[in-house]
Amino acid sequence: MPLTPDRKRQLTTAALVAPAGIWLFVFLVLPFMAMVVFAFGERAPEGGYQAAFTFAQFANLPSRAAAFWNTLMIAPVGAFLCLIVAYPVAYYLAIKSNPKYRLMLVSLVVVPFWTSLLVRTYAWMYILGSRGIPNLLGMIGIEDIRLLNTPGAVLLGIVYGYLPLMIMPIYVSLEKLDRRLLEASADLGAKPVSTFFGITLPLSLPGVMTGVALVTILLLGEYLIPQLLGGGKVFFIGNALVDLFLQSRNWPFGSAIAVTLVVVVVIVLSVAMRIAWKVSGSRQVDLV
Amino acid sequence: MTAASANDIEFHSVTKRYGAVTAVTDINLAIPKGAFVALLGPSGCGKTTCLRMIGGFEQPSEGTVLIDGREMNGVPPYRRPVNMVFQHYALFPHFDVEQNVAYGLKQARPKLAASEISARARQALEMVRLGGFEKRRIHEMSGGQQQRVALARAIVNKPSVLLLDEPLAALDKKLRTAMQIELQTLQRELGITFVLVTHDQEEALSMSDMVCVMNAGRIVQMAKPQDVYDSPADLFVADFVGKTNRVLATVEADGATLRLPNGTALALRPGQKPGAATVALRPEAIELARQPVGNAGALTGTVTHRIFLGSTAEYQISVDGLGDFLVTADRRSMQESDLVEPGERVVLTFDPGKVHVFPA
Repeated sequence: MPLTPDRKRQLTTAALVAPAGIWLFVFLVLPFMAMVVFAFGERAPEGGYQAAFTFAQFANLPSRAAAFWNTLMIAPVGAFLCLIVAYPVAYYLAIKSNPKYRLMLVSLVVVPFWTSLLVRTYAWMYILGSRGIPNLLGMIGIEDIRLLNTPGAVLLGIVYGYLPLMIMPIYVSLEKLDRRLLEASADLGAKPVSTFFGITLPLSLPGVMTGVALVTILLLGEYLIPQLLGGGKVFFIGNALVDLFLQSRNWPFGSAIAVTLVVVVVIVLSVAMRIAWKVSGSRQVDLV
Repeated sequence: MTAASANDIEFHSVTKRYGAVTAVTDINLAIPKGAFVALLGPSGCGKTTCLRMIGGFEQPSEGTVLIDGREMNGVPPYRRPVNMVFQHYALFPHFDVEQNVAYGLKQARPKLAASEISARARQALEMVRLGGFEKRRIHEMSGGQQQRVALARAIVNKPSVLLLDEPLAALDKKLRTAMQIELQTLQRELGITFVLVTHDQEEALSMSDMVCVMNAGRIVQMAKPQDVYDSPADLFVADFVGKTNRVLATVEADGATLRLPNGTALALRPGQKPGAATVALRPEAIELARQPVGNAGALTGTVTHRIFLGSTAEYQISVDGLGDFLVTADRRSMQESDLVEPGERVVLTFDPGKVHVFPA
């Protein structure tokens, strides 16, 4: 039986979507379902999982409140700090820099990615540690400054590590911005500051939102930076999970925490998106 | 300097360079108050650079630009009493129609009352016949409507000069003709100076009361539209504005006889410079006949193509010994049988006064 054009198109779409779909199902959906099942189970005496149906793991969540608190506070704050640092850089690259050197400057932004984040974060550990800046400060008489293992150190590491991911989407949205709109704004009497807040910033909001969402979501699962720069003192949910799965081998409790994190993130993100959409909805962006 | 000046815009020896490239060279220009001036020229002739120097988006490398008698060098666009209608309009996509038009009013310091801003924005929209479209989004408007929004946005601040950068280039022919008339009407209503940049000679001739023809960074001719057409300053203008037939020829020593390459001698207006010259003749200055009429300008040829245009017909004629000529014949006085057919032999006659002679 010959295929109708419609049927053909459906099959093509299915063939294109299938690899990613199967991949996601096997490696994301199935493991997540397993985790949900684990979360209602019990820790086996020798560690791992033992079948049961109990809410005990969820009842125990408050014992990791600090990890939740750190993650849900530091991730958005870190993303916001990234934004503050990234926007001027992206603005300079997209609008002010000489187009001749623009490509080179933009590639410089991603150069840090050539070295592993682990190595670079380790460097910060040394810089902030007792033989680093505190040692130098000690030489000029400022004693007992602790930088490492503080929320500040973790935030610094976050801004340092995630800056390129924030710069790129903002750069792209500013780069697409029609320069004639800025000229039109000046022509109509707007001073540069008014042009920035009236035209440039609103029209780069899609890039800003993309960057903030990207960095926040990645930060919620961050493990490395709090581990190295937060010591045992500033830890994220990621650190708690490693602890539970690899050290105490309490899989059901770890699963409960992971599932709760996913639920919280989905709720927070959908609320945030709705608010952002409402704000930008009245100023819908049309870049054509 | 006194604020009162008869001219809205003056260029004094203005040169603009971009690196090694000189965009405009030693431009001197005076645009009187209330004029509708068209800067006309091919792309790259420097007309847009001139407009952008008036708007303040470019600064002259040498010389000065004056607006209303005040020197403007170094003054940013937001401090100039001019507004611009941008090519492709440059409307703000995140604002609706009224917000776009009100944008200029919102920049005023001290601030205007919200009610006044809204009233004046609506008034400007009425002027471009867009009343009722205030809350529309830009992408919901057609090209012609966007053009009007751009106009309203530019006139709402009551500029002393309105700059228009190829404002009609993106519109289809019918709409363009309608907008040409509207722009003229608007200019008369507002009573302010319009400076239009265009590469379309028809647009320049039809709308403006002064045409400034530019080529290769210089002003070639500045005159009324009919003078630019009837008495082009040089061969470039003759070629660029309207259609023209060109022939290389020699002016004889008496200064009143033209010797064409095929040997024909033509009587000219006396007083021409003897020597090699290029002569230009408008297609509509030539009359066609099947029989020789008198002696004036006796050229003969064979019709090779006919393009029927409704009220007129264009003929391509292979003139004996001179090559192809373009001739436009008005059909009003013609009978159907008067249309000459391709292949027919014809005589070309013209008034010697309409022959333009440019010494080589």
